[in-house]
Amino acid sequence: MSTLEIRDLHVAVGDKEILRGVDLTVRSGETHAIMGPNGSGKSTLAYAIAGHPKYTVTSGSVLLDGEDLLDMAVDERARAGLFLAMQYPVEVPGVSVSNFLRSAITAVRGEAPKLREFAKELKSGMDALSIDPAFAQRNTNEGFSGGEKKRHEILQLELLKPKIAVLDETDSGLDVDALRVVSEGVNRFRASGDTGVLLITHYTRILRYVKPDFVHVFAAGRVVEEGGPELADKLEAEGYEAYTSKAASA
Amino acid sequence: MTVTDRPELEGLGNYKFGWADADVAGATAKRGLSEEVVRNISALKNEPEWMLDLRLKGLRLFHKKPLPTWGSDLTGIDFDNIKYFVRSTEKQAASWDELPPDIKNTYDKLGIPEAEKQRLIAGVAAQYESEVVYHKIREDLEEKGVIFVDTDTGLREHEELFKEYFGTVIPVGDNKFAALNTSVWSGGSFIYVPPNVNVEIPLQAYFRINTENMGQFERTLIVVDENSYVHYVEGCTAPIYSSDSLHSAVVEIVVKKGARCRYTTIQNWSNNVYNLVTKRAVAYEGATMEWIDGNIGSKVTMKYPAVYLMGEHAKGETLSVAFAGEGQHQDAGAKMVHLAPKTSSTIISKSVARGGGRTSYRGLVQIDEGAAGSASTVKCDALLVDQISRSDTYPYVDVREDDVSMGHEATVSKVSEDQLFYLMSRGLGEDEAMAMIVRGFVEPIARELPMEYALELNRLIELQMEGAVG
Repeated sequence: MSTLEIRDLHVAVGDKEILRGVDLTVRSGETHAIMGPNGSGKSTLAYAIAGHPKYTVTSGSVLLDGEDLLDMAVDERARAGLFLAMQYPVEVPGVSVSNFLRSAITAVRGEAPKLREFAKELKSGMDALSIDPAFAQRNTNEGFSGGEKKRHEILQLELLKPKIAVLDETDSGLDVDALRVVSEGVNRFRASGDTGVLLITHYTRILRYVKPDFVHVFAAGRVVEEGGPELADKLEAEGYEAYTSKAASA
Repeated sequence: MTVTDRPELEGLGNYKFGWADADVAGATAKRGLSEEVVRNISALKNEPEWMLDLRLKGLRLFHKKPLPTWGSDLTGIDFDNIKYFVRSTEKQAASWDELPPDIKNTYDKLGIPEAEKQRLIAGVAAQYESEVVYHKIREDLEEKGVIFVDTDTGLREHEELFKEYFGTVIPVGDNKFAALNTSVWSGGSFIYVPPNVNVEIPLQAYFRINTENMGQFERTLIVVDENSYVHYVEGCTAPIYSSDSLHSAVVEIVVKKGARCRYTTIQNWSNNVYNLVTKRAVAYEGATMEWIDGNIGSKVTMKYPAVYLMGEHAKGETLSVAFAGEGQHQDAGAKMVHLAPKTSSTIISKSVARGGGRTSYRGLVQIDEGAAGSASTVKCDALLVDQISRSDTYPYVDVREDDVSMGHEATVSKVSEDQLFYLMSRGLGEDEAMAMIVRGFVEPIARELPMEYALELNRLIELQMEGAVG
């Protein structure tokens, strides 16, 4: 049983304050959707939790099972059980997917998987996401299509088995088939054990496949409304307009 | 945090080969260069008159020629303080057990007997100070007429063949350091592969400087006769001393019609060695010459392996990888000279600078009149690991023929914050993430190396990257 607790989080990029006091708690077994218009600070939340150096936490706290994530280096957060599926994963030329994944698994688990077991694990993970076997020998994210990048991120999610997963716009740029495959991966991960998911999205369509327990609406760096899955339906019908005008006048 | 905040992780502390053996021969060797020193070397080796004359000519030209005014700063070399010849053992050993214990211990630590036992190499030469102390070639190759001996033995036992080629690819007065090498050369490898012989596994040489202020001047001559193939691999190490040593080799290669030669170097000299080497090959009709040149150690390296493409359809290729850490300058590249029609050349250079180190790519592509239908591609990529390191590119092109195809690409990149973040967010520590990025960067060259050298290169990158992150 794990808990990610975000308390009164303020985050700036340079001099500009992006997050202006975010409170959120994600427990194992729960899926939270964060929805909001472009520029509302959704992705900033994801990168600040993971520790990207561009984002400065000016106040507040982020605890994972009582441990302060903000005191940890990026890699320590990952080893503590946090995972961020990125919207734009970067290329690492000359490093094969297979080599990259084995290094990541070794780092997170604290010991290198036996080669044969790793090969088996990798193959079954790739099969489940309908990834071509040749993919493992390609350079990490180099020349990947949008869909390949997202599948690769979800493959990592399934292999690294974090306690809390943050998925940043995992649905963006996917066609219907790819969206279904990726969503099934997220659902397998949810079903696999005591894990919590924080799903960041602009659109409601991924929520048809990955049913959230809670929906939080983000505007101007704050959570402005919270509810159950029905809130997503309301957003689908009405859009963000009501929230953006409210935030602007606040 | 900058690299300079972590001095315990910097530079020399990483160097694995920095021990020195107690040595009597080196300690008592004479310093400085004179006609007497040159005559003495030649006399000790019982050389023919023509070689002594050539050495004396080299000495005169060395004194006459100025230091290069380009490239690295060489004014720190104290030629009077260098020991030009150190004989550490009286006789060459035919088995490891015959080697003097100190020397044997050195090569055991460097992993050579293992490689030989595992048959990863077809022949091995080990040079300690000025002379080759151990030499062996597989019997089946010997039966096919392949000659692989140290250069002194080559002169003694194969004088006619030797004289036909020695100094023909790199003339005695080619440059100041080639002249110096010609005057005091000792050791190196002499290889002859007869026509139609394919030497499948590499011949390997290991060079070790042990004495402080030692100058090592090995001289290598390789002749690959028609339609044959050979791969020669060399590695180099030295102890860490507070004052400098000099390594100034000359390597001449003749690749005859339809033959192919691959020459792989991983130089990992300690950071007090000036490494000033002249390497040149001539490739005749349909021949292929490949230089694979790894420069990881040394204080200063100036090295531009060259291929003179003499016959139609001759091919030249240089793959070069360089690392420069604190206090290091790697000025490396290649020279391709197209002298016949339909010749082609490729230069791929990758360099990594960190900790205030400096890498320079310096290359020349020359296409002479008449070399119609020739093609050349140059690609050089530099990676800067931090803000205090430096990389330069000096590409020279001299084309005197219209019907040619030329390509040149150069990039300088920095390790990006996003790349580091991505890898670290998957649990990799900062140094580990950096090493992975650097390994990936040099992968196109690492995959061309023999397996044990590729592994060694990866290990060296990891050592180099410890504490490299700013």
